Amino acid sequence: MTALLARRHLLLIAGAFVAVAAPARATPAIVAAEIAKLLDGKVAKRGRVKLEVPVLVENGNAVAMTVSVPEKTTAKLTAFHIFAEGNPLPNVASFHFGPRAGAAKIATRIRLTTSQTVIAVALFDDGSAWTDSVDLLVTLAACLDDA
Amino acid sequence: MARALINVPKIARKGELVEIRVLINHIMESGQRRDSMGAVIPRDIIHSLVCTYNDEEVMRADFFPAISANPYLAFSTIARDSGTISFTWTDDHGTVQTEHATITVA
Repeated sequence: MTALLARRHLLLIAGAFVAVAAPARATPAIVAAEIAKLLDGKVAKRGRVKLEVPVLVENGNAVAMTVSVPEKTTAKLTAFHIFAEGNPLPNVASFHFGPRAGAAKIATRIRLTTSQTVIAVALFDDGSAWTDSVDLLVTLAACLDDA
Repeated sequence: MARALINVPKIARKGELVEIRVLINHIMESGQRRDSMGAVIPRDIIHSLVCTYNDEEVMRADFFPAISANPYLAFSTIARDSGTISFTWTDDHGTVQTEHATITVA
């Protein structure tokens, strides 16, 4: 009986180690908390901002991403913030627009570790915040293993 | 630091929307990968890119490890006066690289 218990304990301890060893990952809750911190009590409405990423990603190491505000707005765009719910870290990038900014559009290439939801938040100088998200599938993940 | 490619039109009409495309060579080591001995490869990324047009800010980007190696960025400005468009990248080692492009507004 004691031997059995001891083995159970060992298994529990082993289980705990596995949990610790697993790579830390962003979750939808962590991303939601990051966005809440960014918005500071405001609520981001869906619309205005458009996030373009392929829905089916073949190579997660370089995924073309475009964020834009397609329609003319009276308020001036101040920033885009991009988040990934399934990457090791919740933040992807932030873009702040200065007085000499042109069109409300940015394009870059990002890494995605797994199939997940990518979220863009746009902030305007009238205090409003708008959001868009894309659920996508990643077939080849951005590598987390050896170099 | 590295080789940078900058694509800005040399000549633009006044009031024209000018597309800017930049790419810089950088490994953008995420700090998430491990080497063959199982040790974490330390993070080494460009975390900031600032673009100015005659010393006024166009755009400022904060990069996280989720930006691909050799970070590429496309954005725009409005051609108002002739002058210099400058780009400054900063990486985790504190290395700063600044490149310039000249634009003539007719």
